[in-house]
Amino acid sequence: MLQSLVHVCLAGLSTGMFIWLVASGLTLIFGVLGVLNFAHGSFYMLGAYCCFAVLRLVGENFWLGLIFGPLCVAAVGFVIERFFIRYVYHLALPYQLLLTFAFVLVFDDIVKILWGAGSIGSPVVPGLSGSVSVVGRPFPVYSLFIIAVGPLIALFMWAFLERTWWGRIIRASSSDREMASAIGVRVPALYTAVFVIGTWLGAVGGGLAVPYVGLLTPGMGEAIIIDAFVVAVIGGMGSMKGAFLGALLIGLLSSFGTRFIPTFDMFLTFILMAAILLWRPQGLFGEKA
Amino acid sequence: MNRFWTYGLYGLALVCLIGIGLFSGRFTLYLAMRIMILSIFAMGYNVLFGRTGLLSFGHGAFYAGGAYGLALVAIHVSPHPLLGIAVGIALASLVALVIGYFCVRHTEIYFAMLTLAFGMMVFSLIWNLREITGGDDGLVGIARVPLSLGFFRIPLAKANHFYFFVLTFFLFALWTIHRILHSPFGLILSGIRENDRRIEFAGVSLRNYRLAAFVISGAFAGMAGGLSTLLESNTAPFSAHWTNSASPVLVSLIGGIHTFAGPVAGSLIFVVLREIIERFTHNWMLWFGIILLVIIMGFRGGVVGALSGLLNRKTRISPGR
Repeated sequence: MLQSLVHVCLAGLSTGMFIWLVASGLTLIFGVLGVLNFAHGSFYMLGAYCCFAVLRLVGENFWLGLIFGPLCVAAVGFVIERFFIRYVYHLALPYQLLLTFAFVLVFDDIVKILWGAGSIGSPVVPGLSGSVSVVGRPFPVYSLFIIAVGPLIALFMWAFLERTWWGRIIRASSSDREMASAIGVRVPALYTAVFVIGTWLGAVGGGLAVPYVGLLTPGMGEAIIIDAFVVAVIGGMGSMKGAFLGALLIGLLSSFGTRFIPTFDMFLTFILMAAILLWRPQGLFGEKA
Repeated sequence: MNRFWTYGLYGLALVCLIGIGLFSGRFTLYLAMRIMILSIFAMGYNVLFGRTGLLSFGHGAFYAGGAYGLALVAIHVSPHPLLGIAVGIALASLVALVIGYFCVRHTEIYFAMLTLAFGMMVFSLIWNLREITGGDDGLVGIARVPLSLGFFRIPLAKANHFYFFVLTFFLFALWTIHRILHSPFGLILSGIRENDRRIEFAGVSLRNYRLAAFVISGAFAGMAGGLSTLLESNTAPFSAHWTNSASPVLVSLIGGIHTFAGPVAGSLIFVVLREIIERFTHNWMLWFGIILLVIIMGFRGGVVGALSGLLNRKTRISPGR
């Protein structure tokens, strides 16, 4: 019983950390730019495919793929912000959502054109494949790796946002765009930079997802984006701390749900999301709108 | 345009619609029915979206409510199409009433996220309750039995017979929604969109009116879902998924959200464009995405908005409602 509980917890933690990797970029972009980005799931998917492509190109080296793949996607993010999203900041919410939704459609098909509509098997990560024994039962090493990477990225982002000059400027622009531009911050350029960083984070999430999910499929972005939305909403739109804890909560909930009430496991996630929205629409850690 | 021309155009459109039913092949009929069903979905949705200013991402749930309501009645009670559609609309309205009761407490992005959450809840129930809903297979084998109305029996099995059945519902929806939008109730809804504070000060309960708009749009989504189940003779669980909830939003935006004809024109363009693009390439989403980008970046009034803008500039008539 204890053995099974530990494993359910570990599975929940790894799922949660994995969602956090994707939700972090989404939350960063929403917090600063105020745009809820449907295309973030596409960046995740593009990240996975680009990592795979680079990995093939340079000869089956997972780590090189993880470094260079997301950089390509970040360049795509730059183009999208600079030439499209920049022009819809002043528009109503539906237009912003639909603009990013249009990119979901476009990228889904671009991936199908470039890499085919079928699934692609995942590459093997040297040193992190196989499983180790945790309290007498095997557990995948790669999931443990994800559990370790998640907090690391959280720490890195916290340090970046709270302890560096850049982070201060970003926080200042997110709380008052006009004031920031009055004291000399080039807000449009900063927005582009934040969007690119957010895109990069989503792509890294995709790259790390490849061995975890095990398969590359053209629709993989749509599945994850809703989870990331749920996490962003639960934690409080724009709150990093909230997204981290929200991801843990959702990960554990879905892992316990799958274990004990498999019929209602997806239902649980959404009822939690609805309950939190009704009780505290600003989310667990969000500031009051 | 004066009254004479307006009625002339309506008459011409009606003659065309009847002509399609009498003289077209099965493929055209199928496309026309898809367009009309999508129009019903989008027109109802636009009462909430374009009129009241609430963006919902959960209307797939009501569409599925209509579809599964009809299918369950057809399998367990009686396959009478009118009964099925009535039950489908009733079920969709009931689900919309319950979900709407919670959702209309918020607006803007919180409303959108709440409807997304509730819509996906319905999807997860349909997906997982295999014994009732058939899970990922859906409910299959819904037959189009003849429509018996006392003395008459109208066969529906053939496409051209069923076409007139769908056409009747389409005209009914068109007329009802036109009446709703041009009633005092409809005016209050657009008042809520423009300035909810002021409407509230006028003594109107925002929540009740928003809820009413929500249930109306849910009911029409249910009608569309029921008709589509009869057309395809099965139900798909993914009709409750958020990707299906996004389709009336897209259609309304393509056509123009602040016009009455917008959702219908949008549905026509959506279905026909998809057919045309699919003739040439497998990648219809890519092209559709690009078209969507162009509309959002350049033509936010939608096709109907752009056309009427053009028309008004030429004839120098002040913009109508």
